[in-house]
Amino acid sequence: MVVSPNTNQSKRPSRLLPLVLYVTIALVVLPVVVVASSLLTPSTVVWRHLAQTILPMLLGNTALLLLGVSAGTLVIGTGLAWLITAFDFPGRRQFRWMLVLPMAIPAYVMGFIYMALFDFAGPFHTFVRFTWGQDAYFPQIRSGWGAILVMTLTLYPYVYLLAKAGFEEQAGSNFEAAKALGSSKLRAFFTIALPLARPSIAAGVALAAMESLADFATVRYFNFPTVADGILRVWHGMMDLGAASELAGLLALFSLFLLLIEHRNRGRMKYYQSRGKLPGIPVVKLGGWTAVLATLCCALTLFAAFGLPLLQLLVWAVREFAILTPAVMATYWRLAVNSLTLASLAGGLVVLLALIVASLSRLSGRRTLQNLSRLVTIGYAIPGAVIAVGILLPLAFLDHSLNIMTSELWGFAPGLLFTGSLVGLMYAYIVRFMAIAYSSVDASMEKITPNTVLAARALGANARRVLFDVQLPLIMPGVLAGAVLVFVDVMKELPITVMMRPMGYDTLAVWVWQMAAESLWTSTALPALIIVLVGLVPIKILLDASSAGDKKHIG
Amino acid sequence: MNKKHLFAGLAVLLVIVLFGVGVFVGRANNRDVAAGQVINIYTSRHYGVEPVFQEFTKQTGIEVRFTTGSDAALRLRLQAEGKHTPADMYIAVDAGNLWLAGQDGLLAEVQSTILQNNIPANLRDTNNRWFGLTRRVRTIMYHPDRVSPEQLSTIEALTDPKWKGRLIMRPSTHSYTQSLVSSLIAAHGNAGAEAIVRGFVANETILIDSDTRILEALAAGQGDVAITNHYYLGRLLEGNPNFPIKVFWANQGERGAHVNISGAGITAHARNRANAIKLLEWLSGPNGQELFAGSNHEFPANPKVAAHPIIAAFGEFKTDPLNIGEYGRLQKDAVELLNRAGYR
Ligand SMILES: [Fe+2]
Repeated sequence: MVVSPNTNQSKRPSRLLPLVLYVTIALVVLPVVVVASSLLTPSTVVWRHLAQTILPMLLGNTALLLLGVSAGTLVIGTGLAWLITAFDFPGRRQFRWMLVLPMAIPAYVMGFIYMALFDFAGPFHTFVRFTWGQDAYFPQIRSGWGAILVMTLTLYPYVYLLAKAGFEEQAGSNFEAAKALGSSKLRAFFTIALPLARPSIAAGVALAAMESLADFATVRYFNFPTVADGILRVWHGMMDLGAASELAGLLALFSLFLLLIEHRNRGRMKYYQSRGKLPGIPVVKLGGWTAVLATLCCALTLFAAFGLPLLQLLVWAVREFAILTPAVMATYWRLAVNSLTLASLAGGLVVLLALIVASLSRLSGRRTLQNLSRLVTIGYAIPGAVIAVGILLPLAFLDHSLNIMTSELWGFAPGLLFTGSLVGLMYAYIVRFMAIAYSSVDASMEKITPNTVLAARALGANARRVLFDVQLPLIMPGVLAGAVLVFVDVMKELPITVMMRPMGYDTLAVWVWQMAAESLWTSTALPALIIVLVGLVPIKILLDASSAGDKKHIG
Repeated sequence: MNKKHLFAGLAVLLVIVLFGVGVFVGRANNRDVAAGQVINIYTSRHYGVEPVFQEFTKQTGIEVRFTTGSDAALRLRLQAEGKHTPADMYIAVDAGNLWLAGQDGLLAEVQSTILQNNIPANLRDTNNRWFGLTRRVRTIMYHPDRVSPEQLSTIEALTDPKWKGRLIMRPSTHSYTQSLVSSLIAAHGNAGAEAIVRGFVANETILIDSDTRILEALAAGQGDVAITNHYYLGRLLEGNPNFPIKVFWANQGERGAHVNISGAGITAHARNRANAIKLLEWLSGPNGQELFAGSNHEFPANPKVAAHPIIAAFGEFKTDPLNIGEYGRLQKDAVELLNRAGYR
């Protein structure tokens, strides 16, 4: 029997609920459909040209990037999460939260910093040439592996965070049982802990993979053209927006395919688990060289992904300080206010919509609706520039129709209400970042089992008390995490902001992009540092909240 | 009304309120669009624009607001916004994009004797929809320790196998490369240009997506010759007068060096058209030229204005007389040619 917690609440099934849900899903999917609909009228000539020239390279590079970033984030993210969960070693408590910090550095900033450091003219290669001669071997950073390295270093925190949560919420008893039966700790990890955390880890890797598919700025620094880069090549270079949309439509279909795999994987692994007050996986104290090794693993990752880039930014910032004028200072201040406004608005809005979609689809109790609602995550794998096009065109049409209507009726034209304001921008952010908020909110809702609700109802709680006393506290961490992740991502966001912001509404990221495009690295430093630092605050709050939650669990 | 309705209603209300906030914040930012004493600009040129516009505001009291972006995206936005666009002026960093904007009907004709007098005919649109304001020369750069100027002659000659592994250029994604190839198509036809580009590929040309980085790599010894815009060397010399790289004016014995422009046009639906024309005329005059071209070490489009001393020291040279609108017309061909030749 399917138990829907609300069936006895209302006399007749609500029609409004599914309607709100359908409209929300439709609005989020619309831009993707606009773009993908170009596939119905394929530009055969362009496709023939692409197939004979750059398409094989684009596909090969994309596959390589996808594999490399998935494998890299999987190994680093899961490995570090396991280290932090199951072992004690010097610095563990600090590393536990610090390992998330690289998330605050935008991949494109990391890209030009790594380029500045490891390129032929950079300090490291110069040192090697100076010491071992002009022809001494040094790996070529401007390559596929450079792009994979940089993207892995900025994206592994997604996997780390989710894997850590997956490990931490496991009851230790299974693990202990396996060990009691003679399994080594390593074997117990692979046979018990890893499979149990698999849904979380898969979700993290899927996020990282989709992010790498959508990236176009970083791959360009490393001269490693992927399909996302190809979209811009066709649009900007061959001036064929139609063919570019077709390429983007194929990318969307592919990411839909990825989503399905991840979903099937999760579906098969479906289980309701919450260890509640049971003890977690036992922590083993490391000593001697194993402790040193563990500390070193964490420290090196953190240095490569956060310390080194931060150091380079600081060096540039010091140079910038020497020539800083009050006018430039005022500009930075204005940019920071704009960035914060956009990020907060988007964080709130996206998580709210995610909450609506996730809860309404669950409340409906219909399997198809729940599956349908997962469509809202599709925007994450589509390059921001493409989403912007998919929104700009229909919204501009709406704007023009509205203006024609008002001038016919009342003789006045309000101008561009949608494309000329923050509405278009927010809409694009929603489409692009819904996946992050949705998976976060949805995962926390997964923890609310039908039993929890039934138990509460059986104990006499009414629907409102169930919502406020049982459900909300359980999903709050997920809601908060979703909002924070979107906030940080919007702070870093580039292509959508560049294309859809109102006149003169510049952000820190836009400034960094402009200066980087002109190779004025010192001028990127302060705004980039502000992006990183502002991103750190909510990340810290989030981590404190989650560890406070843990303590409550244990205590 | 039951609770589910209440919940859904509240959510919808909240979305509407947030929508209102979005419209308000965005439009408050645009509040003085209609006020008259303002010019709104879409620009893909984002270096040194602020000081120039500040000076203009100081002299005229007209406020200048601008939105930066990439060329194609700004054009798409102009097109989508149609007659409601807030933009009065479009500034681009190459002739190809201006030509395309003119072609798409995004720019309006401007009849101004000041502009006619200040800007030479080959640096502006034949229909006066856009005007070149600065000239940038894409030419050969070399390290004097490893290359002597006698070894250099034309862009085409860099396909000689003796430059194998020694040449640095910019990837095909950049409009600078595309315009250069367009000029090769104009000079040699499609097949001739393709043979030249294939020569670059066969020479295992190193591709770096930043002219500054190219010059730094050249100085560090990653290559011996390169093709970049002249002003990037000017910028590096400004910071370090001993920067070792030297400029070589290419193709002097024949058609002349490849020159491009940074320029502007008035949008077809400009609401502050008079102000925008005033700015355009000011930019073409001595004061504007000095600031606009000089701050970026570019050559003024106005022949009566002297170049910045650092680039004046690069010496006299002859430029390709080709009408620069051709770069726009040939851009698609150039990109397809680059793809066919395997130039990344
Ligand atoms: Fe430039």
